[in-house]
Amino acid sequence: MSAVGELAVQDAHDLARAGRPIERSIEVGLLACAAVSALTTIGIIVVLAQGSLAFFHDVSPQQFFLDLQWTPLFAQPRYGIWPLVGGTLLISAIALAVALPLGLLAALFLSELAPSGARRALKPLLEMLAGVPSLVYGAFALIVVTPLLQRIVPGLAGFNALSPGIVMGLMLTATVATLVDDGLRAVPRSLREGAWALGADDTAMIARVLLPAAKGSIGAAFTLVAARAVGETMIVAIAAGQQPRLTVDPRVPIETMTAFIMQVSMGDVPVGTPAYRSIFVVAGALFLLTFVLNWVAHTRVRRQP
Amino acid sequence: MSAAHARPRRRRRRTGRDRVLQAIATAAVAGPLGVLALLFGVVAWRGLARLDWLLLTGAPSRHAEQAGLLPALAGSALLVVLVAALSVPVGVGAAVYFEEYGHDSRLARLLELNVKNLAGVPSVVYGVLGLGVFVRALDLGRSLIAGAATLSLLVLPIVIVASREALRVVPAALRESGLALGATRWRTTWGVVLPAALPGVATSVILALSRALGETAPLVVVGALTYVTFLPDGLDAPYTALPIQIWSWVSRPQPEFIVNAAAGVVVLLTLLAVTNAAVVILRDRAQRRVLP
Repeated sequence: MSAVGELAVQDAHDLARAGRPIERSIEVGLLACAAVSALTTIGIIVVLAQGSLAFFHDVSPQQFFLDLQWTPLFAQPRYGIWPLVGGTLLISAIALAVALPLGLLAALFLSELAPSGARRALKPLLEMLAGVPSLVYGAFALIVVTPLLQRIVPGLAGFNALSPGIVMGLMLTATVATLVDDGLRAVPRSLREGAWALGADDTAMIARVLLPAAKGSIGAAFTLVAARAVGETMIVAIAAGQQPRLTVDPRVPIETMTAFIMQVSMGDVPVGTPAYRSIFVVAGALFLLTFVLNWVAHTRVRRQP
Repeated sequence: MSAAHARPRRRRRRTGRDRVLQAIATAAVAGPLGVLALLFGVVAWRGLARLDWLLLTGAPSRHAEQAGLLPALAGSALLVVLVAALSVPVGVGAAVYFEEYGHDSRLARLLELNVKNLAGVPSVVYGVLGLGVFVRALDLGRSLIAGAATLSLLVLPIVIVASREALRVVPAALRESGLALGATRWRTTWGVVLPAALPGVATSVILALSRALGETAPLVVVGALTYVTFLPDGLDAPYTALPIQIWSWVSRPQPEFIVNAAAGVVVLLTLLAVTNAAVVILRDRAQRRVLP
């Protein structure tokens, strides 16, 4: 008797004895597993909200949103969020300036312009690269890239925004390429063939037909990668420094929201102090920022026909 | 003039600007890949020179030449085992619920959306979650189990999404034949669908565990130590992990420790290459099962 047949006979016996309740309780158990993810989200919101509210008992929201200095560990601490946000945005901007154009071109290469063998070899390579932990990229930035850049860029400090920004951009290029490639492949071939039939060359087909058709998913891909850049920790923790500073100069040390969270939670900051609670409020700001970016990305995808 | 005889051109004439575009796009692929190869190469070169048995089996030390990775490797190994034990049953169970029992209900769709959101949350935020819930509220302190629980929550979306893919690929005919023969839904799932999806589910588990192996920031936030000379002796023990040790070494100013960090990177990448190879092999087997 086949495996399925044996099961069926067994079940006939089971049902005769135990009936539906076992099935029902199993279904409830599986639902509970699915509910763990809901509990995780609730947990995140509760922990961050609680910590943030406690923070705002001691620090006024005006200072948080209007002050331009972030010095929680000083004798006279100041809690303006902007240096951390500025650091995050500066590094993310550099990373995206590298990753978005390169990734888009790489995706075009993969999906339209490459010889067929190249694509089969490159896709797994991209996947492997995406699996390398960001810690390793951070080590790259500090060990190789910063010393190299210091010979080219005058005044580049040992910790700066340029080196981790570029390395993060290289890391994210693989992700951009994969996501945009998926989006390009989703465009029906008939659109390309229509352009070719009208006499367009590849450049015109890409610029006037393919990219406009895929712009929803390309935009979504860019937004998703922006969220990843904002949430990235290790590259900046290793190579960017620990000096919160509101600046557009990529040559000086700065600190991002993510690196700050890691720095303070490592230290001996006593529980219950505003400095300790700043972990939660900065994490809350970070969570909101990435949540909005991810949400925008997902709604843009849905609008695609 | 018969249009039926018209044959499609196999190659369009390449214009000049097409050639330029081709060159730029090729550079956009070759450039980053070349730079990355360089970066990997330099670090691997320096790391391999330092790698030796003492490094793998010794304890950390204030002297770079005597520093070792053993507590870090032990910590990582224990974390991986614990994360597997926690996240696989819950993750596969959730995947089974979504795919087999979901019925497209509103609740199921809400939970699905929730999983998608969780996949985009930065890893430090999971660390803060772990800090608030496991370290403080449940009073587990800076323990191995707190770190493992935090990582389990982090990788849970990966397990769920990838397992769902594996379950979806199982042909409907298999499920339907089970149900048609009178097997209950659970029996069909447990006895027929899951075994058929096993390579894909195993792939999802390995992907999740390799992600957990490389994570640094959430563990730092929940209290993994950076200088541990002993092996963890229980679930409530303090611990360290391979990425933490690498990060600690790379953060030191002395160049000898930087070399140690490079060696640690080589170890980490080797472990990940092994898991990657396992994934590739499993995916190949999964493909060959589905196609007759």
